[in-house]
Amino acid sequence: MRRLSPAPIDVASVRARVDSPAHGAILVFEGVARASSGDPARSSPVTGLAYEAWDEVAERELAAVERETEARWPGVRVAIVHRTGDVPIGDAAVVIAVGAPHRDAAYLASRHAIDTLKERVPIWKKETSLDGTSWIGNRP
Amino acid sequence: VRITVRWFAQLREQRGCSEEPLDVPAGSTVETVLATLALPAGLRVAVAVNAQLVERGAALREGDELAVLPPIGGG
Repeated sequence: MRRLSPAPIDVASVRARVDSPAHGAILVFEGVARASSGDPARSSPVTGLAYEAWDEVAERELAAVERETEARWPGVRVAIVHRTGDVPIGDAAVVIAVGAPHRDAAYLASRHAIDTLKERVPIWKKETSLDGTSWIGNRP
Repeated sequence: VRITVRWFAQLREQRGCSEEPLDVPAGSTVETVLATLALPAGLRVAVAVNAQLVERGAALREGDELAVLPPIGGG
């Protein structure tokens, strides 16, 4: 199963990976390409985003984030897909689906998964605006 | 000792390639090789050898792949 997608992410298929009769909560988080820059020095709207991944390592690390999150909250299932290449404003750059017996664990696990992804999965983001292009790193 | 250097994101654009071979002296470490790569001033990078993150003191051996990782921006 691929966790990097050069095509628009099929949210329903990510959700389907965590579906289970044991789950009382399914939480789907979408991180969406945004028109305001992540670079405080830039004022003009972002017109496009592009993501570049170190494919084999990003796949491995996305799978590890799923596994580690599941290990931390028993009964939880996690599925992550991250978009690569050009991402139009408004499209999902990342989708994280969490299934859990109860909602508390679903919220905690979802937050943990996105925070961990931002810390360590080797994916880079380039913003394009009228000011030009810039690579935007996540703040620690 | 011949290694391969892999570049990503802005470094890939600046170098004009995603990887290149590099001959380094025997006994080289990540730190000694990084110092020769003329990275942009102020850019904080992480480094991986053979797809595992390593510290700067890690030794480099024949055939190793050294990946230079600018700040990541996924999510």
